[in-house]
Amino acid sequence: MAVTKKKVASKKSNTIKLKFDTSWDYAPAPESKSAATINKQYDLFINGEWQKPASKKYFDTINPATEEKLSEVANANEADVDKAVKSARNAYDKVWKKMPAKERAKYIFRIARIMQEKARELAIVETLDGGKPIKESRDFDVPTAANHLFYYAGWADKLEYAFPNKRTEPLGVAGQITPWNFPLLMAAWKIAPALATGNTVVLKPAETTPLTTLKLAEIIQEADLPPGVVNIITGAGDTGAAIVNHADVNKIAFTGSTNVGKIIQRAIAGTNKKATLELGGKAANIIFEDAPIDQAVEGVVNAIFFNQGHVCCAGSRLYVQESVAKEVIRKLRDRMQSLIVGDPMDKNTDIGAINSREQLNIIQKYIAIGKKEGAEMYESSCALPSKGFWCRPTIFSNVAQSNRIAQEEIFGPVLSILTFRTDDEVIEKANNSPYGLSAGVWTDKGSKIFNMTKRMRAGVVWANTFNKFDPSSPFGGYKESGFGREGGLHGLSAYVNIV
Amino acid sequence: MDKTIKKSSLKVSENGLEKTSSPKRLEVLKTYKIYIGGQFPRTESGRYYQPTNAAGKTLANVCLSSRKDFRDAVVSARGAVSGWSGRAAFNRSQILYRMAEMLEGRKAQFIDELMQQDATKAKAEKEVNLAIDRLIYYAGWCDKFQQIFSAVNPVASSHFNFSVPEPTGVVSIIAPQGDSLLGLVSVIAPVIAGGNTCIVLASETRPLCAVTFAEVLNSSDLPGGVVNILTGKPAELASWFVDHMDVNATIYCENNSEIKKMMQEKSASNLKRITFYDKVNWYNEEGQSPYFIMDTQEVKTTWHPVENIAGAGGGY
Repeated sequence: MAVTKKKVASKKSNTIKLKFDTSWDYAPAPESKSAATINKQYDLFINGEWQKPASKKYFDTINPATEEKLSEVANANEADVDKAVKSARNAYDKVWKKMPAKERAKYIFRIARIMQEKARELAIVETLDGGKPIKESRDFDVPTAANHLFYYAGWADKLEYAFPNKRTEPLGVAGQITPWNFPLLMAAWKIAPALATGNTVVLKPAETTPLTTLKLAEIIQEADLPPGVVNIITGAGDTGAAIVNHADVNKIAFTGSTNVGKIIQRAIAGTNKKATLELGGKAANIIFEDAPIDQAVEGVVNAIFFNQGHVCCAGSRLYVQESVAKEVIRKLRDRMQSLIVGDPMDKNTDIGAINSREQLNIIQKYIAIGKKEGAEMYESSCALPSKGFWCRPTIFSNVAQSNRIAQEEIFGPVLSILTFRTDDEVIEKANNSPYGLSAGVWTDKGSKIFNMTKRMRAGVVWANTFNKFDPSSPFGGYKESGFGREGGLHGLSAYVNIV
Repeated sequence: MDKTIKKSSLKVSENGLEKTSSPKRLEVLKTYKIYIGGQFPRTESGRYYQPTNAAGKTLANVCLSSRKDFRDAVVSARGAVSGWSGRAAFNRSQILYRMAEMLEGRKAQFIDELMQQDATKAKAEKEVNLAIDRLIYYAGWCDKFQQIFSAVNPVASSHFNFSVPEPTGVVSIIAPQGDSLLGLVSVIAPVIAGGNTCIVLASETRPLCAVTFAEVLNSSDLPGGVVNILTGKPAELASWFVDHMDVNATIYCENNSEIKKMMQEKSASNLKRITFYDKVNWYNEEGQSPYFIMDTQEVKTTWHPVENIAGAGGGY
């Protein structure tokens, strides 16, 4: 946690450098675990009640910062999935699709409100289970999740304005599979529009981070949502596959890797299932020479180190115009030195634990590849805790466009830096990727921003900012980053048939 | 006030104390004041009037607001415009939802007041329930109507061009005389959902709910001055509502053609936007829509050049 003292810039540097390395040790400011309750064991939330899994099996979920077991959760097998889907179908036919839209809305508002009331507890559980810094779960994940529900609640009785001249029908039962990087937020992204449009849900959180979604099940119970409208079942890939392959599921919403996304698309071929896939990314973050450099450096830090880089839209490819490359890299290195890596429960922590040992292995594999490819590596000199899964913030400069670390998604705090000279060149390079989820542009010139937003083949383009999210703003990818949008007016169409 | 002690206050306690103790508890009567800038002053004029119910019973001594009260309210409303319109639409949405929560919590009081004003219990309950749901409805619109009524315009030149609605500013409203709660809520909600502030003249003959609704507003995190509520006579105040040079728009909900014509004429002084809701049935679907929000919105279009120098296409 404490920043180790180390000189990073030479004294000859003729620009003033912020001295982060003197008197900047923070006293520990740990969030308390006592404001949260985690049960020893969680069953499956099916038909409004907690049910033992037919599999009779449970698996552990651990705190990646300490490797300590937090709880154990049920492992749903095919029979459990079938039970959940039947419960969702029953609730859809008998209750949910018949309910007046404005009453549906009020249920969703309730869930949002209870989430706000329990925000602190949810933030603590999210951080314990996933390793992300408490300041992020507290200030980003939980409030954004609640806001998302609040936003979509309002749409429930206004759909005729969202689809002018057309009537909409819900799809039926939505099977939803969420990732481990933003567990509660992704659950909210998926449940909110599904319920608002009149669908019922079977949702499976990722196996390494199921706890906040199970807490959400408790909230749903507290809100008195009719039984079966939302079913939450836990398990790993097999459980997800059983949801995808279940004949009575009408819609698959998946957020995760591009590989699994492709498997899902093949699996549902020949069925009438609709799908939205929100997959991987390798976002280009582009700094032009006229950009406000200090702001851009902050933006780069946010783009790649937010949530330990476990972000599908992370700005993991940095393109810097040659004339300012040296300055940007120097300032970025300085700034990295000041990042506090360590205990995610500490309110001063900037970078928490890597989500799992598996993910740490993947990141380390890519760091080794980067070195082998001949790129120049720099990592911050911070000390790391002895237990848990950790990775120092890392950048590679002198990266070539064809290098694997410039082409493949690493999903960790590892940045690849490339340079360019002309607009044409950077547009070619930035778009030269199978992915197309997001992009960033840093320049003082507005006309250039709009030129770039037009030319980037990406679903979201941030200009002079990065990693911004809002319930009213659609999110989703081009190309192999998936299809369909979540959020905003456009997020509604993923859950309706237009008739 | 010759208000009789209601039955409900007699059965407060179930332990039998009330039945045996001899003197009946005397009810404390409420002073119905006006609501300006988040406070509850009496009218500066010191005047009052006594609306009665069908049986001829006086409802309360109600403030007979003056032109000066209205002018004070306009100052408050104008002062609140930048703060209220500057809030995130999402935040406005939360506050309207909070208003619904507060109204739900005080349902019994509103039903009671509506019944004092001659409504049957069933009708009073229906009106209060609809008023709550209407607030929820507009809470939802706060951060959505812009998405319906905005446009990115595909102009032929190399420009990024978009149009968005923005609040017009201060709105003066003469509320429906009949549905004294539902009508009031139905005209206030779309105006403030869109980021305007307002001065509302309550139903002259049935003003009780309007004043109590001000108490709901006052406990809903709604900044003072966003909604100001006066009681009094439209015949006296209507011309000032539409004449004031610092009011941007006026809404009138009755079908008095003389007043309507007067309003249309006077509005020309500063080109006020005038809207009449004289035929709206607030009880059904026609009583709520985002078009009510758009009645007090301006549309702003922004042009920004798009550089077009790079030859590379987005071909991948």
